[in-house]
Amino acid sequence: MAAENNPVAGIDQTKGDFQYKVDYAFDAGTGLNEDTVRYISSVKKEEPWLLDFRLKALKTFRDKPMPTHWATKDLENIDFDKIRYYLSQGQKPKRTWDEVPDDIKKTFERLGIPEQERKFLAGVEAQFDSEAAYSNIKEIVAKQGVIFVNSTEGLREHPEIFKKFFGKVIPTGDNKFSALNSAVFSGGSFIYVPPGVKVAQPLQAYFRINAENFGQFERTLIIADEGAEVVYMEGCTAPKFSTSTLHSAVVELVALKGAKIQYITVQNWANNVFNLVTKRGIAHEDAEIKWIDCNIGSRLTMKYPGVVLKGERARGEVLSIALANDGQHQDTGAKMIHAANNTTSNIIAKSISVGQGRSTYRGVVHIPKHLKGCKNNTECDALLINTNSRTDTYPAISVRGDKNATQHEASVSKVSEDMIFYMQSRGLTEAQAMSLAVNGFINDLAREFPMEYSVELKRLIDLEMEGSVG
Amino acid sequence: MSVTSPTSLAGSFTQEAFNAHLARVSHLPAWWLDRKRAAYARFVAAPMPKRTNEGWRFSNLATLTLDGFNATPAAIRFDQMAHRELGVKGAGHLVFANNRLVSSQALDASTAGSGIIFDTLQNALLKHGDLVKAHLLAQPSKLGSDKFAALHEAFLEDGAFIYVPRGVTATMPVGVFHYASGAGTAVFPHTLVIAEDNAKVTIADFFRSEKAKEAHFACGGNDLYAGHGAQVTYVAMQDWSRETLSFQFNATVARRDAKVLSLNLHAGARQARHESFSQLAAPGAHSEMLALTVAHGTQEFDQRTLQLHQAPNTTSNLLYKNALLDQSKTIFSGLIVVDPDAQKTDAYQSNRNLMLSDEAEANSLPGLEIQANDVRCTHGATSARIDREQEFYLESRGIGAVQAQELLVFGFFEEVLGKIEHQELHDTLTDIIREKFKT
Repeated sequence: MAAENNPVAGIDQTKGDFQYKVDYAFDAGTGLNEDTVRYISSVKKEEPWLLDFRLKALKTFRDKPMPTHWATKDLENIDFDKIRYYLSQGQKPKRTWDEVPDDIKKTFERLGIPEQERKFLAGVEAQFDSEAAYSNIKEIVAKQGVIFVNSTEGLREHPEIFKKFFGKVIPTGDNKFSALNSAVFSGGSFIYVPPGVKVAQPLQAYFRINAENFGQFERTLIIADEGAEVVYMEGCTAPKFSTSTLHSAVVELVALKGAKIQYITVQNWANNVFNLVTKRGIAHEDAEIKWIDCNIGSRLTMKYPGVVLKGERARGEVLSIALANDGQHQDTGAKMIHAANNTTSNIIAKSISVGQGRSTYRGVVHIPKHLKGCKNNTECDALLINTNSRTDTYPAISVRGDKNATQHEASVSKVSEDMIFYMQSRGLTEAQAMSLAVNGFINDLAREFPMEYSVELKRLIDLEMEGSVG
Repeated sequence: MSVTSPTSLAGSFTQEAFNAHLARVSHLPAWWLDRKRAAYARFVAAPMPKRTNEGWRFSNLATLTLDGFNATPAAIRFDQMAHRELGVKGAGHLVFANNRLVSSQALDASTAGSGIIFDTLQNALLKHGDLVKAHLLAQPSKLGSDKFAALHEAFLEDGAFIYVPRGVTATMPVGVFHYASGAGTAVFPHTLVIAEDNAKVTIADFFRSEKAKEAHFACGGNDLYAGHGAQVTYVAMQDWSRETLSFQFNATVARRDAKVLSLNLHAGARQARHESFSQLAAPGAHSEMLALTVAHGTQEFDQRTLQLHQAPNTTSNLLYKNALLDQSKTIFSGLIVVDPDAQKTDAYQSNRNLMLSDEAEANSLPGLEIQANDVRCTHGATSARIDREQEFYLESRGIGAVQAQELLVFGFFEEVLGKIEHQELHDTLTDIIREKFKT
């Protein structure tokens, strides 16, 4: 099978659809209450302020209504009482693959993680359910002062940096799911890049859900100090269970003066996963934050990566590709909050709906009073493959004053029959022609991905298109 | 049982006020009075819009007060009013002031015998009950204002009725004028247009306050029905006093190969909400939805639209332009919905905001919900000042800065106004808009 030769894991769904039986040493049980939160905090040996923070967040989570007045009613199908909130074999990640327990190591080997690490990564963290099983950074990068650990270690070993930024970009009460994450978070990466350091190779995190009825709530915090540059990639998979699984992460990025952060996601959860993620970055003076977001898996994804453009000339960008197949709803988009003069933002979102899949673009562009020289460009293109495919677009653009400019354009179309006819006349089958057309549709965005991913993305689209024509 | 007392949700529009209104229309058919009673009950029961209502996103809700208005204002004499004519020679008109007919000008003698009816809604209810019943407020309120649409139906006293029979072309446009006069006056204007198969008609609707300094409550609506192959052109000029709270609801139904063009010009009111709902009900139907807003001072214009494509091969084109001055605020929220069967739909939606002040605020929510794949649906929204290059070009040709800006703004307006084919009507409206821009 082609999937077996796959050099890069994380894109092909069939690749992640396996499970090994694992005995968990730590288990917070099923359901959510104060005891669950206390249990998580105690096994992590957290300081009292953090337990208070978690308990307050739990209350906020309970007080907030489900956002179904604008979001899909499918959210009501999440049963918070049937989810397991913490499962792990231990809180300390291993530094070498040899130390990683066999069953977990097998999982990541099958996903190709250790191989990738050797080939082109500066550091890897592999999270298995609630905790990182493996975390390592290449010595040469560590020597530059780059910190790359999981959030638990970050809190313990670098509290002075962690506390300063933690929860500042995305406050607990930002939304119901950021509150849930704040209450029960575990795992995720903590990255600090010192001033002027440019990390040459990407850092990667890999998130794996192994247990059924499980909720994964990782918390990632990335700080690029003045003039620093870093590229972070995340991938994720889960086996296909018959019951739903919840993934609700919070990711905070801080790009200080002149820093650059690029955050690449290839989301490929099994299609029973509710993927409800809050991602936001703050870009200071001359800084740049770029989210490259690719959503292929999950049952329902709701994710709108945002950039708060806080310093002059800061730049924010979201490039998004979503592919929704039968039974999937990709509700994705972007938020650009301009808060300083001469800030610019760019959003390019492309979605493909196949079969009865539904893709939604939701966006916010906000340019408040008395700013000048701010610019936003937004383009959303949707491609509908089958007659019953569905797409929605819901942007919201607010501009004040006459010294700024925004432009928004969206289009919905299908693959042109002329194009398909031309390719067929050149000897391609209909499916090949369709794949080529779809790949052409996303080509300018796919190019922005690291080579390994963009090759794989193309291959995956071929797979998804196979059953869609005729 | 409702816990809240009805009066708190009804403001000035109490049961007493409703009874007084009913007494004024007691001669109208019983089915209509029953509908009004049902509408009043819906109005009283419905809550005021909340911040969490998506249909009211960005709207100022604190200023949506229903208190301090008079639902049954005193009559006005036409000879004591300052009335400005349509400016089209030979056109018929109906003039309403404070919900009552004060002047009418029948259609040109040449159209007598063609079967065209241009009369008051009250007369139509009495003489053409079935026609009115089939089309008056027959479409649901889908854009958030259920409560105010119910209020409109409950208190609707009189309005204009235009009926064009099958295959008949109304050669001259008709003018309908609605005035409000006296502090606190509440008016409920309505215009019902029925164009039967292959008929053709042009209507101009004007909404004005008699005095600039009075606060009014205006809650009006129009129904435009275009039968197979019919062509309806509807132009409305909203020019209430700048202290008025205004609601306008439009429902357009276009049947097979019908073409409806509606153009709404907005200049008046303190806070004006306009909801426009076009149904492309049969193949070949086309709806052209146009609007032009000139926003001054602290005015808020809140425009919500829905282009509903229910049948294959239907087309719609929406162009809403706003010119924002001072501290004004505009909201454009549009939605194109393509039903699963409506293949070969071609829908466009465009919102252009011209920012002419550093304190103005423009909000755009251009939305799409597409459930058919063989479609062409696009939308665009822009917010920016006048193009500096165009300004520079004009100035390089010796045109002064002020005049250059004016020319460019009028050019911005003309893209919308130019869609009116009737020359005299086009000129009248252009003059009004230019006046509005300068004040």
